[in-house]
This record gives sequence, structure tokens and C-alpha cells, in this order.
Amino acid sequence: MPTVTSKLTIQPASARETIAMPEPQIAAFSVEKAYRKGEHLVPVLHGVDISIRKGEFLSIVGQSGSGKSTLLHLLGLLDSPDVGEVQLEGQRIDDLPARTRDELRNRVFGFVFQFYHLLPELSLMENVLSPLMIRHSIWGYWKRRKEYQERAREMIDRVGLGHRLTHRPSELSGGEMQRAAIARSLVAHPEILLADEPTGNLDARTGREIIDLLAKLNEQERLTIVMVTHDQAIAAEAHRTVKLCEGRIVPLSDAA
Amino acid sequence: MYKLLLCQRYLRTRYIALASIISVTLGVATMIVVNAVMAGFSSEMRMRIQGILSDIIIETRNYDGELNAELHKRVIQKLIGEYVAGVTTTVEVYGMLSFEYGGQYIHHPVTLIGIDPGSKSEVGPLVDYLQSYHQQENGDEKTPAERSLSQKPDWSLTSAATEYRQRLAQLANDKAQFLKELKQQQHGGGDEVPGSGDDPFKGVEATEYQPAAATSLGEVQTARLYVGSNLISFPHKDESNQMRTIYMVRPGNDVRVSTVTAGTPAPAYFNATIVDVFKSGMSEYDSNLVFCNLEHLQEVRKMIRTDEDGNESRAITSVQIKLKDYRDADKVMAILRNEFPADRYTVRTWEQKQGPLLAAVDVESSILNILLFLIITVAGFGILAIFFMIVVEKTRDIGILKALGASSNGVMSIFLSYGLSLGMVGSGVGVIAGLLFVRYINQIEKVITYVTGRKVFDEKIYYFKEIPTHVDPLTICWVALGAIMIAVLASVLPARRAARLQPVRALRYE
Repeated sequence: MPTVTSKLTIQPASARETIAMPEPQIAAFSVEKAYRKGEHLVPVLHGVDISIRKGEFLSIVGQSGSGKSTLLHLLGLLDSPDVGEVQLEGQRIDDLPARTRDELRNRVFGFVFQFYHLLPELSLMENVLSPLMIRHSIWGYWKRRKEYQERAREMIDRVGLGHRLTHRPSELSGGEMQRAAIARSLVAHPEILLADEPTGNLDARTGREIIDLLAKLNEQERLTIVMVTHDQAIAAEAHRTVKLCEGRIVPLSDAA
Repeated sequence: MYKLLLCQRYLRTRYIALASIISVTLGVATMIVVNAVMAGFSSEMRMRIQGILSDIIIETRNYDGELNAELHKRVIQKLIGEYVAGVTTTVEVYGMLSFEYGGQYIHHPVTLIGIDPGSKSEVGPLVDYLQSYHQQENGDEKTPAERSLSQKPDWSLTSAATEYRQRLAQLANDKAQFLKELKQQQHGGGDEVPGSGDDPFKGVEATEYQPAAATSLGEVQTARLYVGSNLISFPHKDESNQMRTIYMVRPGNDVRVSTVTAGTPAPAYFNATIVDVFKSGMSEYDSNLVFCNLEHLQEVRKMIRTDEDGNESRAITSVQIKLKDYRDADKVMAILRNEFPADRYTVRTWEQKQGPLLAAVDVESSILNILLFLIITVAGFGILAIFFMIVVEKTRDIGILKALGASSNGVMSIFLSYGLSLGMVGSGVGVIAGLLFVRYINQIEKVITYVTGRKVFDEKIYYFKEIPTHVDPLTICWVALGAIMIAVLASVLPARRAARLQPVRALRYE
């Protein structure tokens, strides 16, 4: 039994089973989510339970429309569940005020997206610095800009883009953009990295490089990584794989 | 920090934003130029009105006036002497100006004002409006000033006018001589002039010829006049297509002035010699006013009473007072109103006397400002549309920012500060452009005239050598602030829309 200290009194039985020791860093309990499309309510998740330990490298696989990205968004507070809850180190976080959730997104989570999502107006360096700029006021950032720039350069060096600091995203290749996005997600020292199809838009070799980079980060920094992918080969790099099918977690053997 | 950075990058990379900046710039510049020119015209006009009317005018309610001009002056000096810079008494009455031109008699209804030029010039810049004090331009012709500005205005003729009068006399003399010779020839030579045999008016009794106006011959009249320029001139385009002012009569000519006597109105007329032409630039005055020597007008209108002791008392219809500082007007007005009973006198400042005209100008100016501000509002709607476009275009970026932890307020402030910067840049450039335009307005007018071949600003119409402008810093501040406010207001809606975007939806947006 995990020592969940939340206000939650009734814990779903399924949750108790899936939660492994030691205590999960982030977990979702019977989350349900539906999207409104025109007049119809399209259910995406039907009561999903998932928990991820600190330092774990988890991959979520499933077909398009299985709800894997939605689950990732719920974990990363980009969206809130209709039913169920999301907990971070035992604390419920999905019902926090918007301000606090913004702050958690900035401090705890790092995001990597399939389409990189770099800001086209900013240089590589500025893109990487953006989470720190968002975190601090003008004055607060200005005072420590040297330190932050140093940190950003370090991250950029680590992803192997030290020679392209002033380039705009449009001047980078797909793999470079994804590496820049990873540098950006790491610069604020997040605890959990959420990657949504990080290799989905890259060729096999570049995709492999990105996965290697993530695996290395996981290993060296003990960074918790949750990665969504539809590629079984990529998913196999993770410690553990969870399969989603039509909004439910299904045994992995079904994938075959 | 990211707000500033992004706002600055959006400014630099979105050329569509330039359209909003230009529209704000144009609106602000137009407002500044129009305001400056209108204020210029208005202050010039006020200056001229005040120049002619002086600061405070006490008028009698009837045309007979009040006796004892000197007493009036003394009372005023005693009451408000400390505030007064100059006092003059005048007689104002309606009249008729008649003169001969081109074989016809021309009559103009006029306001006849009897003045003492010496004291009149103390209550207003009389010399500014008398043509003999200034260089005259008529088409290509330039004549130098005939009097120096240091000379006080009086009723003497200039040497040019005297010469002109002599020439007239000479011409008349020559003509008479010629006619006499012709007559002698006809009678002496015996040749009958053809057609003279059957004169249809033969036998009709000849009546004595009574000219309707003076002849400008003989001695200079004791009555002297400054005549409003529009009364005795008209503009004419000559063969070379140049505008010239044709004077029907000029200084040195005699004219006839008709008016009515005081008491029971009876026609009274007298011949007078024009001494100078009065031109203020205010068409209302220039086509209406005739100044005459006060003593003569009082005499003709029988406004002089002599008591048993032989003391003379002259009547006046108005007293004009020039104050040392016009800001004291309210105080002085209160004192004067108390002293001069309302049933016999009206006491008014020049602004009150010309109230309707000044009010009309004010109304005109404020309506124009409202209309122009609407133009800036149109620019505001342009900003609104452009911003909505930018928000739609940047939807994904907004999603990214939110995913990275940017708050809704943070995202909103990006677009608000974007609007603020557009407004500030637009109105800043607008203020500079407007001020430059005002500064070089006459040069610009010349260029436009040259390019279009049409005179934009015809000094003949406005009587200004240059376009008058007056820049009011407060107006500029208001215009600039208003434009900035409109730009910010216009960006509120798009900014709110951006702030309310759900990060997931924004990220999915392609």
C-alpha cells in the first residue's frame, strides 16, 4: 500500500494493484476524458490507471486515436481529466488553480513534441532559454542571465548543437530541431520529461539518435521519462511499456 | 522577459503590423497638422478681432451717444486706472460711402467710426492694418511702405497721395482746357458737327448737374478717412492670368459719406478725402468699416453741445479700453458694469462682443477633432483585425508558451504590450511627422502648388502671407495618448482570445 497522503479517501482497487513499490513519482487514477467534436462527445480515455516511479523510462504505445497523447497531456497538466485524478508525489495536482498548474508545468515537467514546437521567431539559444524566461520576471531573469545562458549552452552542447546557437528553427534540420526541443525541456531542470512521439517525424537513424539521447539522460540524470510512441522498436528502448487500446490499458501481449 | 522578447520579435517580423503603425501614424499626424493650422487661423483671427476691438468696449445703447467724452475717460481712469494701458472714445454709426468709378456712382453701406488715430493706436495695433505703413504687393508690382512704423497714425496725406491728387487736378485742368479749345474750334471754324442739327433734347430745360459723389478736385477735405480695402477694391485677373487688386478709389481721392444726425435722424452728408486704406484680413471688417476723424463726425452729426459758459461737450457712442493684462478683464468688467448702468450702456469684452463667431470657430474645431479621432478609431479596428490574424497565426506558439508554463495573463500581456508598442511607435512617428509637416507647411504648400499647378493656399483669399500655425503641446499629448489608448483597447479582444486558448487545442492546431 503506497503512502498516498492525498485527500483522496476512496482509492480505486485497480490503482492499488498497479502501483508498484517504491512510491510512484507521478500517477493517474481512473482518469476519463472525452472531447466534444461538434455535437458529439467523443470519449478518449475510459478510466486509465498508471503510475510511474522516479527514474523510470516508460513508453506508452498504441494506435492512433488510442488516447496515448491525451494521457500524456493529462499527466503533464496540459489538460484536465473529466473524471479521476492525477497525482504528483502523492499530491493531487489536476485540480490545482491555473496559476499553480502553470508553475508546475514550468518547474516539474519538460515537454518534447512530435513537431518540435520551437518558437520560429527566436534563435536556438533563445528557444532553449524560454522556460527560464517564462519562470522569472524581467529583473529576475536579467540578474541571473549569465548563469542561465551558461546553463543553456551546456544543454545545447549536450545535445550536440553548440555550433548553431544563433540559428533560427527554420535553419535547422528535423533532428536538430528535436534535439533543440530536448535541450529546451531540460534547461529548467525538470523532474519528469514527457515526450509525445519524439521520433514520429524523423527518419529511422535520427530517431534512434534521439532515443539514445533520452536513454542516456534517463541513465545519467535519473530523469523520469514518459514517452508516447507508436513504434514498437522505439518503445522497446524503455524500461517498461504500457499499451493503450481504445482508451484502456491492455496487456502488452495484445500488441502482437 | 519572454513577453518583451516575443513582442519585440513580432514587431520586427510581422510586416502586416506596419500597416497598423502607418494608420496610427497618419491619423496622429493629420490630427496634429489640422489642429495646428486651425489653431493658427483661430489665434490669428482672435488677434485681429482683438486688435480692432481692443479689450473692453463700453457702448451706448443709442446712436445719439452720451455727452461728455472727457468725463467718461476720467471716470474710467479713476475706476480702473491701474489696469488700463489705453483708452479711446469713438462714435459708431451706420452710413453710406459713395464715389465715382468708371462713369458710375458706387454706394456702399458702411459702419462709420469716428476715431482719434493717436489714442486709437494705443488700444490696438492700428498701424498694422493701415496700408501706407507696409510694403504693398499687387500682382508683380511692389510699392515700398510710405510711412515708417515709428510714426503715429494721423490724418495727413502721404506724399504719394498728395502727388496723385495733384495729378488728378492737372488732368482735370487739361481736360477742361481741351474741351474749351474744342468748343472754340467748333464755333470759330464754322463746321457743323454732324447730327448736331437735330438735337432731340432741344428745348428741354437743363437742370443744374448735381454729382452724387465728390470730385477729388480743389482743396483737401477737412474730413479724412481710412477706408476698408474691400469697399474700394475688387480682385481682377489680367491678361497674363495674374490676380491683381483693382482700386476704384485710392488715398488722395475724395468720396462722399452720408449718415444721419443725432436726435431726430436727418440725412447728413459730407465730402471726405481718403488718407489710407484699412486692411485687417478680417473680411467682415474690411468690407464694412470706414474710419473718420472723430471731431468732424461729431460736428456733422450735431453731437456737440455748448452750455451757457461756452463750454463744449462732445457726445460719443463707445469707449474702447486696452488693459495692461487681459487676465484682469473679469475684475475690470465687474467694476465697469457696476458704474455704467445697463439701461444706457453695454459693457463687453471683445470676446463677448464677437461671441457667436468665436463660438462657431470653437464648434467647428471640436467637430473636426471628433471626426479625425474617428479616423484613428478606424485605425484601431485595423489593429483589431490584424491582431486577430496574428493570434490565429500564432495559435500554436501560444500553446507552446502555455505548455512551457506561461500563464494566461502572461500570454495576454504579450499581445497587450504588442498593441501598446504599435500605438507608441505609430503615435511617436505620427507626432514627429505632424510637427515636421507643420514646421515646413509653407514649403510643402509651394511644392503641391508647383506639382498640381493650382494654388493651395491663396494669400489673396486669406490675407496671410503664410499659413498660420499654432502648435499646442497639450493637444499633441492628448492626441498621442488617445492613439496609444485606442491601439491598446483594440488589442484587448485578440489578447483575451489568445489568453483563453487551451494549450492542447493550440498545440494540435495546424
